[in-house]
Amino acid sequence: MPEPIINIENAVVSYREDEVLHGISLQIISGEFVGIIGPNGAGKTTLLTIVNGLGKLVSGSVQVLGKPVTNNDRHELRKQVGYVAQAANIDPRMPMSVREVAMIGRYGILGLFHRPGKKDWNIVDEALEMVGMSHLANRPIGHLSGGEQQRAAIARCLAQEPKIFLLDEPTASLDWKARTDILELVRRIHDTRHLTTLFVTHELETLPRTCDRMVLMKAGRIIGDGPPNMMISAENLAKLYDLPKAVIAERHPSLHQHKEK
Amino acid sequence: MDFAIFGYQFMQNAILATFLGGIACSVIGVFVVLLHMPFIGVAMAHAAFAGALFGLLIGVNPLITAFAFSFLVALIIGPLADRGQLSPDTSLGVIFSLMLGVAFLIIGLMPTTRSEALNLLWGSVLTITHTDLFFLAGVAVVVVGLVVIFYKEAQAAVFNRQIALAVGLPATAILYAILFLTGATITVSLNSIGGLLIFSLILNPAAAAYQLTYNMKKMFLLAAVFGVASGWAGLLLSYVFNLPSGATIVITSSLIFGVCALFSPKRNRRKTPVKPVTEK
Repeated sequence: MPEPIINIENAVVSYREDEVLHGISLQIISGEFVGIIGPNGAGKTTLLTIVNGLGKLVSGSVQVLGKPVTNNDRHELRKQVGYVAQAANIDPRMPMSVREVAMIGRYGILGLFHRPGKKDWNIVDEALEMVGMSHLANRPIGHLSGGEQQRAAIARCLAQEPKIFLLDEPTASLDWKARTDILELVRRIHDTRHLTTLFVTHELETLPRTCDRMVLMKAGRIIGDGPPNMMISAENLAKLYDLPKAVIAERHPSLHQHKEK
Repeated sequence: MDFAIFGYQFMQNAILATFLGGIACSVIGVFVVLLHMPFIGVAMAHAAFAGALFGLLIGVNPLITAFAFSFLVALIIGPLADRGQLSPDTSLGVIFSLMLGVAFLIIGLMPTTRSEALNLLWGSVLTITHTDLFFLAGVAVVVVGLVVIFYKEAQAAVFNRQIALAVGLPATAILYAILFLTGATITVSLNSIGGLLIFSLILNPAAAAYQLTYNMKKMFLLAAVFGVASGWAGLLLSYVFNLPSGATIVITSSLIFGVCALFSPKRNRRKTPVKPVTEK
């Protein structure tokens, strides 16, 4: 087995009194596209934040790109990890254009005292082109729709030229078309840029077609890990969401048929 | 009207003080407006005011104690503002009223209400000293200099601190730097504008600029222009109609905001349809 690009061992994380990750271990190989699903409060977001050093471990260890994630070099690490969060409310009057927002992705790599040059703007324009946002490049960022803002966020990550791509429910609150478009876009980017992708989502319908591996999380633990067609079963979903299997079959008939075959 | 007044040293000092204070306050104001935390300015202004009064009471240079108080409040506000998701306004409101209480307590403790104490409240740009000007110039240069040098970091941090952190920028340090600069700017402006009025010179020019542009650099420039214009126009009105200068400066800046808000292109934004993304 090749050396994992992300190696999490017995990670324990707590916020104030509450433990949110109870000793999670997860190894991810370079180039994998991993979908992470689970109910609200399962610790999915926390799992992403310990990979880019935004979250703090109580115990256990996390190695990313062959280096332990420590307080000292977390800024260095983050420059190599792209992070797209849930669509946030952007002030409609925010005085920044889409292009300027995408450029933020390069600010960390550029470092202090360096201004973006022509090369950086070219990289940003290329990223906007890739997410299909070139025609909106000079629009104020606050004027975009939710789906467009998420595309801009993905362009920002692309401009960062990361090795690892973390997406935290980027499709939440978007309409069906925008959701499927973004999922396909992420897969395309993953393939063309040879990234390692962790995708947290609630998209049970579309994610299995997109990802190579699925991790099921519940109450701070990993309760399932494997290829999507094995993970998405009525049994697993029943366990994951505390629902009787009959209800899962009723709400998710395709699963039922799948099992019957 | 006799303009010979502008030949006098005290008037020239006042013109210079409103220029420097107008620039420093409005640049800080851009951060206050874009971070959506107007209460930060209010709480800091009252902390500096209470600190300066404390200095007068114990016989220490009020500038030093005002600095100390506002830095202390910056240290309390920092973690509240940094936590992000919850609005820190409730806690800031408590700090603001506490500082106002402390200020009035000190005024009560003073053997006589001295004119210096009232000056700190209302400001008196016409009696500003060379030392005041020196500090004002120092802070204005530092504020503008830091914004120019760390423009891209500041821009990322005001857009979204979580994103700034995620791309590897020291967003928390940037937030604290903004808070400390706010404290420093307010402190050195106390003598000219006054603790009660300073906040409007921070908020109004930046809020006016915010109405007019979608470009952050232009917003900084416009805010500075509005800040200086409010100072100078206020000074002139104060001289012509024999009114307190702090009040005329603040009212002018509010009028500028009103006009900008009225003619803001951002008001009618919803009427222009936004073209949807076309799939390729």
